[in-house]
Amino acid sequence: MKEKNVRNTLGYRMKRDWIRNRSLYILVLPVLIFYILFHYKPMYGAIIAFKDYTPTLGVSGSPWVGVANFTRFFKSVYFGRLIKNTVLLSVYSLIFGFPAPIILALLLNEVRSKHFKNVTQTITYLPHFISLIVVTGMLTDFSMTAGLFNDIIAFFGGERSPLLQNPDLYRTMYVASGIWQQVGWGSIIYLSALAGVDQQLYEAASIDGAGKWKQLIHVTLPGIAPTIIIMLIMRVGQLMSMGYEKTILLYNPSTYDTADIISSYIYRVGLMEQDWSYSTAVGLFNSVINFCLLILTNKISRKFSETSLW
Amino acid sequence: MKIKRSKGEKTFQVFNYAFLSLIIVVCFYPVWYVAMASFSNSNLLTQHSGLLFAPTGFSTDAYKKVFQNPMITKGYMNTLFILIVGVIFDLFMTSLGAYFLSRKRVMFKKPIMMFIVFTMFFSGGMIPFYINLKDLHLTNTLWGLIIPFMINTSNLIILRTAFESIPESLIEAAQIDGAGHFRILSTIVLPLSKAMLAVMVLYYGVSIWNSWFWASAILRNREMYPLQIILREILLSNDTSSMTAGSSAMDTEAIGMTIKYATIMVATIPILCVYPFLQKYFTKGTMVGAVKE
Repeated sequence: MKEKNVRNTLGYRMKRDWIRNRSLYILVLPVLIFYILFHYKPMYGAIIAFKDYTPTLGVSGSPWVGVANFTRFFKSVYFGRLIKNTVLLSVYSLIFGFPAPIILALLLNEVRSKHFKNVTQTITYLPHFISLIVVTGMLTDFSMTAGLFNDIIAFFGGERSPLLQNPDLYRTMYVASGIWQQVGWGSIIYLSALAGVDQQLYEAASIDGAGKWKQLIHVTLPGIAPTIIIMLIMRVGQLMSMGYEKTILLYNPSTYDTADIISSYIYRVGLMEQDWSYSTAVGLFNSVINFCLLILTNKISRKFSETSLW
Repeated sequence: MKIKRSKGEKTFQVFNYAFLSLIIVVCFYPVWYVAMASFSNSNLLTQHSGLLFAPTGFSTDAYKKVFQNPMITKGYMNTLFILIVGVIFDLFMTSLGAYFLSRKRVMFKKPIMMFIVFTMFFSGGMIPFYINLKDLHLTNTLWGLIIPFMINTSNLIILRTAFESIPESLIEAAQIDGAGHFRILSTIVLPLSKAMLAVMVLYYGVSIWNSWFWASAILRNREMYPLQIILREILLSNDTSSMTAGSSAMDTEAIGMTIKYATIMVATIPILCVYPFLQKYFTKGTMVGAVKE
């Protein structure tokens, strides 16, 4: 009896685990150090959002200022615009960008020629491998008054104009080029989900007299629904976390009205103007919202379906 | 069994092929346009309007100028250095992590998994990351573009899933023979995961090749600029002056255009040559639902 108790204590189990797996823990040590140094240390560094950071005093030496940096952001004239632009750009990307790869995968799934399917896949993956610098460079070039897009517009009798200087067109350009770049790559995941749908279900459905359309509604979509839901959770969870890289390359002062988003603002005031604490506060505000959104969407999905991220 | 096709289905098939062909054209044409423009005669190109299906007046002048530009060759060398050293470091570290997470009956595996996955959902943000690099003296050095990016967490999870599919009996047999974990990883697990490792090389390689943001944030010395930063100067700031010296003003503007396109080709071709060969492995490299234990 007594011996059994000893074997169940945490200390005993840890000791046994250490003897058994010691070399394994040593193996993973560099990985843990990496995560501490390049992920958790910056998380700790985010406390400068509540401080008045100066490089000479360092992260821990700088004086505390409470929530002053946050109130400054909430009262800033840019606050409303930044939130609006971030959400709108994100929602448009979601509405148009999310279904696109699903539709492409469904269409590819109907293609009977293996060769044609392969070629289509290879070519639609191509834009994914082109660097953002090149994509935005081409976009800038094609959008100039003498550029390719304007040549096409002029061909159909339209008026030539510098497209990327127009704030009303910015979101369209951003979302459309995003779809162009990611639609093929995004379809991979749905194609693999489609390959996993039980073929017998299709046979059964067609014996029951279901046409292609009915099969899509009652067999295909339910079959890939878990994948769609997971992808949707991740997308909705990232609603406020639009990346800065593309925005920085694509926007200019004449389009700030629609183009400037939270992350590009952080970049400007943080890295360019070196307003360290304030920009960190904006970033922290954004990170916390993202985290809450992700937890919320995951919870909702868990409640209404069997699928969730964790 | 031969399936009878209805009329509606045939119409759909025709529509489907037509639509997908259109997508192919839309995805491919911009790249084709750039390729053709890069081989064009610069003066004819500026007069040309509309679509381009072949070069207007074949010329390789732009490529000559590009290859004569010391900044581009220098940028190429810097990118190659980051690429080769980076991919080796990335693979080493990612394999260590993935191997640990793929082992069974390890007490602290779950908390360590959570410790790692949490970083996918929450981060300190751009500015604290930058300050951290500064504090660690990783700014203004190419190592600052390698070491802080050694592990990409989604790649780690993909590789873990691949390692998990290796039969446990193989590893147990090696353990009975007295092999340590590092030996098992290097002589059994890695050789059995070659396809996945190739995908990892591609993923890490492409992201290093195409990355530019942190290079622009931490490098002050022009000598260290990777290719993408040089490209950015040429494409977005329209700065081709370093290559057009000695031409008249109008020629300068004209040849600037073709140089832009030639630079794009030079910086993009290497990647476009690699990925089609690995295409069949991509499906294995998608990670949906893999975060779950």
